[in-house]
Amino acid sequence: MKEVINPPAVNIEEGEYHINMGPQHPSTHGVLRLVLSLQGETVKSLQPHCGYIHRGIEKMCEKDTYPQIIHLTDRMDYLSAHINNHAVCLLVENALEVDVPERVKYIRTILDELTRIASHQLWWCSFGMDMGGQTCYFYGLRDREKILDIFEESFGSRLLHSYYTPGGLMMDIHPNFQKRTKDFIKYFRKKIKDYDYILTGNIIMQERTKGIGYISKEDVISYGVTGPTGRGSGFSCDVRKHHPYAAYDKVDFREVLETAGDTFARYMVRMHEMRESMKIIEQLIDNIPAGDFTAKMKAVIKLPAGEYYQRVEAARGEYGVYVVSDGNKSPYRMKFRSPNFSNLSALDHMSRGYKIADLIAIGGSLDYVIPDIDR
Amino acid sequence: MSFSIYDFTAFNQAIDKALFDNCSPFWATVWELTIIGLVFLIAYALMGLFLVYAERKVCAFIQNRVGPNRVGPYGFFQTIADFIKLMLKELITIKNADKVLFNIAPFIVIIVNFMAIAAIPFAKGLHAIDFDIGVLYVVAVSSLSVVGVLLAGWSSNSKFSLIGAMRSGAQIVSYELSVSLSLITMIILAGTMQFSAIVEGQANGWFIFKGHIPAVIAFVVYLIASTAEINRGPFDLAEAESELTAGFHTEYSGIKFAFFYLSEYMNMFIVASIAATLFLGGWMPFHIGGWTGFNNVMDFIPPIVWYIGKTFFLIWVIMLFKWTFPRLRIDQLLTLEWKYLLPINLVNILIMAFIVLMGWHF
Repeated sequence: MKEVINPPAVNIEEGEYHINMGPQHPSTHGVLRLVLSLQGETVKSLQPHCGYIHRGIEKMCEKDTYPQIIHLTDRMDYLSAHINNHAVCLLVENALEVDVPERVKYIRTILDELTRIASHQLWWCSFGMDMGGQTCYFYGLRDREKILDIFEESFGSRLLHSYYTPGGLMMDIHPNFQKRTKDFIKYFRKKIKDYDYILTGNIIMQERTKGIGYISKEDVISYGVTGPTGRGSGFSCDVRKHHPYAAYDKVDFREVLETAGDTFARYMVRMHEMRESMKIIEQLIDNIPAGDFTAKMKAVIKLPAGEYYQRVEAARGEYGVYVVSDGNKSPYRMKFRSPNFSNLSALDHMSRGYKIADLIAIGGSLDYVIPDIDR
Repeated sequence: MSFSIYDFTAFNQAIDKALFDNCSPFWATVWELTIIGLVFLIAYALMGLFLVYAERKVCAFIQNRVGPNRVGPYGFFQTIADFIKLMLKELITIKNADKVLFNIAPFIVIIVNFMAIAAIPFAKGLHAIDFDIGVLYVVAVSSLSVVGVLLAGWSSNSKFSLIGAMRSGAQIVSYELSVSLSLITMIILAGTMQFSAIVEGQANGWFIFKGHIPAVIAFVVYLIASTAEINRGPFDLAEAESELTAGFHTEYSGIKFAFFYLSEYMNMFIVASIAATLFLGGWMPFHIGGWTGFNNVMDFIPPIVWYIGKTFFLIWVIMLFKWTFPRLRIDQLLTLEWKYLLPINLVNILIMAFIVLMGWHF
């Protein structure tokens, strides 16, 4: 058999060496492999190697019906499962021009924001862990558990919900849902101060994140970086604000923008976003209108032939679903625009010239979820 | 043979006398060394296991968890179970590792630990060797552990290990300065380097109270620098698990890994012991000069209890550091030492010398 020789990715200079970070590594948040080119401790360049958890979801979607596809989107960015489901549901509803009941829109908005809080909590945990503060992990998980309990009581699943269906919801919310959500908001408003005490205000943490991993607004736009990572550089890209969907046009919230463009700015964007999400939920939770929990849909959903694109604001950025339909019950072609993939592409640009420890902090501030990158 | 928990001198001398009466001087010495060695070996293993357990409980307490609670009462035997598991595991030596150095490294770390422990006074008369240069000896010996760490990183043939070892080298060599200088500050106050004399010198007040502000500064600097010297968080760059997986001992398995792990905890114990001895009076009870009645009451608590209490308090403080702070970066770590701690220490020594010279200390 002919021996396969991989050519070196870059020309190795004197004193430079390569190191494989991952696919088994505590701080790559999954099976991401980064080939680092180092000089001493300084990162000269890095190459992400994807595909270790590639499952071919986009290809699988071509055989599935639209309600089935929803279950696959859970498995991509598993931390913002509701939001991923939402994108597919919205796409089908907009394509068929279904009138979704107001009640559904409200509940979906609340659940999306709860998911965003839960996702940011887990990001905070793992960011603290990446910085070496292991106590953060347990603080964050403790509070995230409350949200998962609400989810569990309401519709039975904790991580992969598949609760949204085209046209509405799978079932109505649990009678306790409103009370428990309000309790959680009250609880978390107190607990988020702990987050600031233990990590945000820590001098070591600030020293390690301020001015580290700088990326300019122009670079953010050209790399297609969205979400909190993009907003940390001052790129106003919140889909909820610019292209409102569900009940986002009815609520008053701020698009969190920071201009510093460093790791600390990205950190602060997410911390503020948790507070903004709580604000949104508070505005909606008492005003859920009565009505059906789903619109009347046909038993077999067929999209008219054509191309459709729907985007939503996932916890990590703009999540897009692109469908080419030939009029059948399953799409002809399906493409997901996952925020993590674009965000990861900027990692090399961000981390050049910084130390290994900075690379870990920058990676933590990008908050990548590997199954979303590989799909 | 008289045994008193307050003073072990008579007990030790009785054993010594009995041995020399019954054997030739050569064999009596051999027996003595064997007994001391065995006692240290057992105490070392038990203390290491207990510290691992303590750390797991302390960190569980901080992190809203229960910690080990299945094996034995309150999970007390969990670490023993872990230790047995580690002893039974396969010792893996990876390809192209430098076998000799790879195998020697964990032993160097352990031996260095033993050498340092030998000079520490645990209670009145409970003291293996009592040099007149005790402090110097401990500082000299404990800085040798960097050799074991460097060898482990170098011989593993793994880049992660190598980065960890290089970080550790830079770190230990730098922080050794601050540790020594803050100890020198206290030696100026004590006027001796002999551990037993230092402890006796604190009979009418611990040095941290006697030495005014310079002693407090030296104490804080010592705590920071020694935490860095033993590679514990927030200075655990050598084994930063989120960056280097496990740093210099990534490639070790089984009992060799356990050696590194134990030595980390025993280093913490040694560092806390020295701090307790030099700043908080070692086994000396809490005395206030002139208050005879109060001092007599304090004397009822055995010295060994005082010693263990102080040491474990300091260990607890070091553990709190680890579980509440994020980790520093290597350049920040070196900046902290060379730009802040070292100048503070140098000025501190001058102030302390001046105070001692003028006789202003208590």
